Amino acid sequence: MIRLTDIERVFTVGDEQVHALRGVNLVIGPGEYLSIMGPSGSGKSSLLNVLGLLDRPNAGRYELEGRDVTGLSDDELARVRRERIGFVFQFFHLVPRLTAEGNIELPMVLAGIEPAERRRRLDRLLAEYGLESRARHRPDQLSGGQCQRVAIARAMSMNPSVILADEPTGNLDRSTGQEVIALLEALHAGGGTLVMVTHDAEIGGRAKRRIRIVDGRIVGDER
Amino acid sequence: MRAGDFLGFTLLSLGSHRLRTFLTALGIAVGIAAVILLTSIGEGLHRFVIDEFTQFGTNLIGIAPGKTTTRGGSIGAINTVRPLSIEDALALRRAPHVLATDPLIQGNGDVEHGGRTRRVTLYGVSHAFVETLRMTVAAGDFLPDEDPRTARAFVVLGAKVARELFGETPALGARIRVGGERYRVIGVMAPKGQVLGFDLDDTVYIPVGRAMEMFNRESLMEIHVTYEPTAPLAEVEAGLRRVLVERHGREDFTITPQQKMLEVFGTILDAITFAVAAIGGISLLVGGVGILTILTIAVAERTSEIGLLRAVGATRRRILLLFLGEAAVLAALGGIAGLGLGWAIAQVLRAALPALPIHTPWTYAVVAECSAVVVGLLAGVLPARRAALLDPLEALRSE
Repeated sequence: MIRLTDIERVFTVGDEQVHALRGVNLVIGPGEYLSIMGPSGSGKSSLLNVLGLLDRPNAGRYELEGRDVTGLSDDELARVRRERIGFVFQFFHLVPRLTAEGNIELPMVLAGIEPAERRRRLDRLLAEYGLESRARHRPDQLSGGQCQRVAIARAMSMNPSVILADEPTGNLDRSTGQEVIALLEALHAGGGTLVMVTHDAEIGGRAKRRIRIVDGRIVGDER
Repeated sequence: MRAGDFLGFTLLSLGSHRLRTFLTALGIAVGIAAVILLTSIGEGLHRFVIDEFTQFGTNLIGIAPGKTTTRGGSIGAINTVRPLSIEDALALRRAPHVLATDPLIQGNGDVEHGGRTRRVTLYGVSHAFVETLRMTVAAGDFLPDEDPRTARAFVVLGAKVARELFGETPALGARIRVGGERYRVIGVMAPKGQVLGFDLDDTVYIPVGRAMEMFNRESLMEIHVTYEPTAPLAEVEAGLRRVLVERHGREDFTITPQQKMLEVFGTILDAITFAVAAIGGISLLVGGVGILTILTIAVAERTSEIGLLRAVGATRRRILLLFLGEAAVLAALGGIAGLGLGWAIAQVLRAALPALPIHTPWTYAVVAECSAVVVGLLAGVLPARRAALLDPLEALRSE
C-alpha cells in the first residue's frame, strides 16, 4: 500500500527552477499492476525515484505500508529500500565482476542473510527464471534478456512488497522485451505490486491501471 | 553484511584488476621492505655495539682524572688536576661493595725478541686486570698479585704479539725487551679479536708502576673498578667518590659507570634506528599515495555500481567500509609481500656481507605490517568518503 499526498519535486538547473513533480496525489493498493507513461521530461522517472526512496520530495507526504517514510534518515531509507522495494533498471545495473548468482544474492549479502538461507532462495530464483545453467556466468557472458532476468531475480531476492521497473524493456529487442514483460506480469500474478515506467504505449497499455503524467502532473488515471 | 562476505567482496574487487592491484601493492611492499631492512640494520648495529661493551661486564666503573663539567674556564688557567695514582687505586679497594680495582695506563712501545721488533700497544696494569675486564689467559699466568709499585719485570703477551715474535716456539719463560728494558714472559693471552677498532691481541701487559716510569707519566689514565653485581650503583659511586675526595681534597676525577654508558649508547642507537625507519617510511608514504590514486580511479569507475549498491540497500557507512576495506586489504597484502621481500634481502645481505650486523625482531615485523594497514586506511579515507557521499540517484545515472 502506497499513498502519495501533494508531492512536489523541484530541481534547480542553473538559476532556473524546474518542477519535476507538482502536487502529485497517488494511492497504489497492494497487488496492483500500474504503468506510468508520458513524454520524456514529463516527470515519470522522478515519480519512480520518489516511489523508490532514491529521491526525496521537496514537499508532501509519502506513506509506505502505513508508515510515513518522508522524514526518514539516509540509513533508514537504505534499510527500507533493501527490505521492501525491488528495482529493475533499463540498463540492468549488474556488477560486472560478480557471476549471475553473485548479482542475484547481492541484496541478501548486504542484508547479512545466512549463506544457507541465501543458497535456498538462490536455487529457487535460478530455477524460476531459467538461469540454472548460467549461474556461474558473468554479465559479459550473458545476453541482454538473461541480464534482465538476473536483475529481476535480484529484485525479488528480498521478497519486496513493491517492484519498480524503469523502462525495463528499453534496452532489449522486441521479442526479448516481451519475455521480460511476461516475467514481470507473472510476478504480479503471484500477488506482487508492480509499477512500471515506460514510454512504449503498447507495453504500458497492458497494465491494469495506467497513469499518464505530463509536466509533473498526473493527467490521466485509467483502470 | 557478514565479515566473510565483506572480505570476499573486497578480494573480488581487487582480483578483477590483477595488474593494477599487484603494482599498487608493490608500492607498499617496497616501502615495508625498506622499513624492515633499515630497522633491521639499525637494530643489528645496536646489538653489535652493546655486545662489544658488555663483554667486559656491566658491573664495571671507570674512573679518569679530571672533572668533566659543562662549565667553561679561562684559557691558560693553571691545570690543578691532581693525578690519579696507584695509591688511589689501592685505596679504592676499601670502598663499599668493591670487588677489585685495576690501575691502567696505555701507550705504545717496541717489543724485541731474537732480532725481531714489533711496535705494539702497551698496557700497564695490575694483577686484577683479567678479573675486571674478563680476559682469559691461554698459557702461563697473568701478572702476579704483588705491589704494583715494586712489581717484578714480567710481561704477558697478546695472542698476536706472541705469534709474531715467537711463531711456533714456546714464549713462556723467554726474555724479551719491552721499551728497551728486559722482561720475562710469564703468560700469553687468549685471542680476543678487535673491539671497536682496537686490536686487543696486538698488545702486551706489564706492571703498571713500570709502565708509568717507561712513559714518564705521573698519572694513571684510568682506574677500573668492579663491584658486587647486586649492589646499588648509586651507593657504589658514592663510596668511590668519598674515598677519592678524601685523598684529593676535592672532586677532580670523573666516575663513569659502564651501565650509564650503555644507556647513553642505547639512546643514540635507538635514535639512529628511528631515523632510518623514518627514511624507509617515506617510501611507505609513496606507496600510500599509490593506493590513494588507484582507489580514486576505482571510485570513479564504479560510480554506477555504488549507485546500485545504495539502491539495493547499502548504507553510506557500508560503502565507506567497503572502500576502506579494499585499501586496507591492498596495503596488508603489500605489507606481507614487503616483509617477505625484506626478509629475503636480509638473508642475501647476511650471506654476502657477514660483517654487517642485521637483526629483525619479530615485533618490528608486526609493527611494520600494522603501519602498512594504517597507511592503507589513511590513503583510503578520501576516496572512500567520496564514494560514500555520492548521491545514489546521480551515481545510478552515470553510465
